[in-house]
Amino acid sequence: MDDILNVQNLETRFKVKGGWNHAVNGVSFRVSEGETLGIVGESGCGKSVSVMSITRLIPIPPGQITAGTAMFGGRDLLKLSDQELSKVRGAEIGMVYQEPMTAFNPVLSIGRQLTEPLEVHQGLTRQQANARAEELLSLVGIPNPKERMRDYPHQFSGGMRQRAMIAMALVCSPKLLIADEPTTALDVTIQAQIVRLVKELRQQLGMSIIWITHDLSLIAGLAHRIVVMYAGYVIEEAPIKKLYANPSHPYTMGLLNSLPRLDESEHRRLESIDGLPPILHKKPSGCPFAPRCRFVVERCHREVPALLTVEEDHRAACWVNPHTRRER
Amino acid sequence: MTQYILRRALQAILTLLVISVLIFGLISSVPGGIMSAYSENPDFTQEDLARLREKYGLNDPVPVRYAKWLLNVLQGDWGNSFTSKRPALQEISDRLPNTLLLMGSMFLVTLAIAIPLGIYSALKQYTFFDHLLTTVALAGQSLPTFWFGLLLIIIFSVLLKTPDGKPLLPSAGMMTLGQPFNLLDRLRHLILPVSMLAVISAASYMRYMRSSMLDVIHKDYVRTARGKGLPEKMVISRHALRNALIPIVTLLGLDLPNLFGGALFTETIFAWPGIGRLFFDSAMKTDYPVLMAVLMVYSFLIVASNLLVDLVYTVLDPRITLD
Ligand SMILES: Nc1ncnc2c1ncn2[C@@H]1O[C@H](COP(=O)(O)OP(=O)(O)O)[C@@H](O)[C@H]1O
Ligand SMILES: [Mg+2]
Repeated sequence: MDDILNVQNLETRFKVKGGWNHAVNGVSFRVSEGETLGIVGESGCGKSVSVMSITRLIPIPPGQITAGTAMFGGRDLLKLSDQELSKVRGAEIGMVYQEPMTAFNPVLSIGRQLTEPLEVHQGLTRQQANARAEELLSLVGIPNPKERMRDYPHQFSGGMRQRAMIAMALVCSPKLLIADEPTTALDVTIQAQIVRLVKELRQQLGMSIIWITHDLSLIAGLAHRIVVMYAGYVIEEAPIKKLYANPSHPYTMGLLNSLPRLDESEHRRLESIDGLPPILHKKPSGCPFAPRCRFVVERCHREVPALLTVEEDHRAACWVNPHTRRER
Repeated sequence: MTQYILRRALQAILTLLVISVLIFGLISSVPGGIMSAYSENPDFTQEDLARLREKYGLNDPVPVRYAKWLLNVLQGDWGNSFTSKRPALQEISDRLPNTLLLMGSMFLVTLAIAIPLGIYSALKQYTFFDHLLTTVALAGQSLPTFWFGLLLIIIFSVLLKTPDGKPLLPSAGMMTLGQPFNLLDRLRHLILPVSMLAVISAASYMRYMRSSMLDVIHKDYVRTARGKGLPEKMVISRHALRNALIPIVTLLGLDLPNLFGGALFTETIFAWPGIGRLFFDSAMKTDYPVLMAVLMVYSFLIVASNLLVDLVYTVLDPRITLD
């Protein structure tokens, strides 16, 4: 299938006291039409910065995109002018953010905020835009949409706010929806509702989705393909079934091991990976995961692992095959 | 809403009553009594003073005098000025519009300078212009008001002249004597007094505006607005500005009494015939009917503008509810 978005070798860094924080270090991924891509990794691994760089929603400065391309609809988004890019944002790419409370403007009504993209991108009148926004609000399951349009964000519950945020992202029927940890701030029961909602919407509207999460179990039934990130690198990439069946990077194995599994008979203690992802003040000369890795060999300290093919559609960046413990 | 305003109005009336008791007591307890301003005057004999005291009822105890004053005021009679003999209310209504014109102009000019420059400075953070503006603002903020007013007079009324030898800008009064009212002439008279106050207060408001704006443009909802593809102008004017103005309105509310206090200085330096001057003159002569009236009008303006600020606040921020 055709790629709707193809990101190659993206590098983003932030100016910090005394140097740079290398947040994204040559990330490549693609999303094809109708596909849902999950981007997974612990907090601080560069997931948000990777996708926010594509639409240049990172603060610049201190941020700086130093390399890469992001082909979307035949154009490189990273080369567009601010004006050209603003025609893509909201119209062709919809965004949903982690904190629905702070991501809405507290002083404007929900209706006002939902209709804005329609006014700027499609030139609709206020009435037309209101009608469309109401339609979207009822689509995402908000009762009495006409009345709720007049409410302010603080009058919505957390789950309702995130539903409204999804409606706002979809109001111009974008080809791509980017959701950055859209359920992390919500209660567990509401998380599941939001995932179910997005699945339904995907079926009705057919858009591609990038869904960022640190919780692999959450998107098990949602994502078609997974990209695992660590320290600003893509360290494994595979269709979701292959990733579950054959995780080929120690970090992914760690993430999966720390998931409770339904098919297990006895109660196993949840395993987690010790330590935290690093903040890279200079580009590493070896594998950034090496300090936390059980399988580390001498080469890991010398060379940053390349993404190597494990099987068809499945690549991992590890010098060792963790199943055989042999170097690849 | 109406209920809220009614309740606040009732509170305001109570506040004004308390204020009136306090200032009546203060004025009545000036050393030497209300007539002290005349007791040193050789034109007044002891008999004259006694007669005046009798006439104005100054021999009654203070609470009785206050009660009489209040009863009269409630019937719309604020007494007559000791010096001009005209009704105190007349004195005020002659001058209050002048003060409101001066304060209103200075208020508008302050905001017209401070808000755009503050926004600009924030959006261009750490550029040459930002550094320039913040440095100038810091300097402006530290100017002593009197000194700056005199400097303005020296430059624009003494040193700089029109081709026919008149001062470039008038430094006293609010109109050229002997001429009928003329808008241009009024504006020319406003320039120096308004500049004195506006430049100094604009300097501090600019700095507040800058930091409030900087605070807001890093908020999540501003990123959301950009993420929706709004043009940057709309992001700033619709999403950032309104949030950035909320703390400025709070500040303005706190600052209003100072604004009215500023009238006293300005009207004195630039001989502006407003109630600030009236206050000064009547205080010098312990002209208490006028003094009471002026202070009550000041208090009313402050109480009323605080109510107004609270209302503006609720319009700007829907999270604030009136009750
Ligand atoms: N505005 C910023 N300024 C400086 N560093 C930042 C900024 N935003 C993100 N970073 C850094 O970039 C790295 C990746 O962050 P992020 O992409 O937010 O991680 P996550 O995978 O949790 O989404 C982190 O080290 C973070 O500290
Ligand atoms: Mg994140």
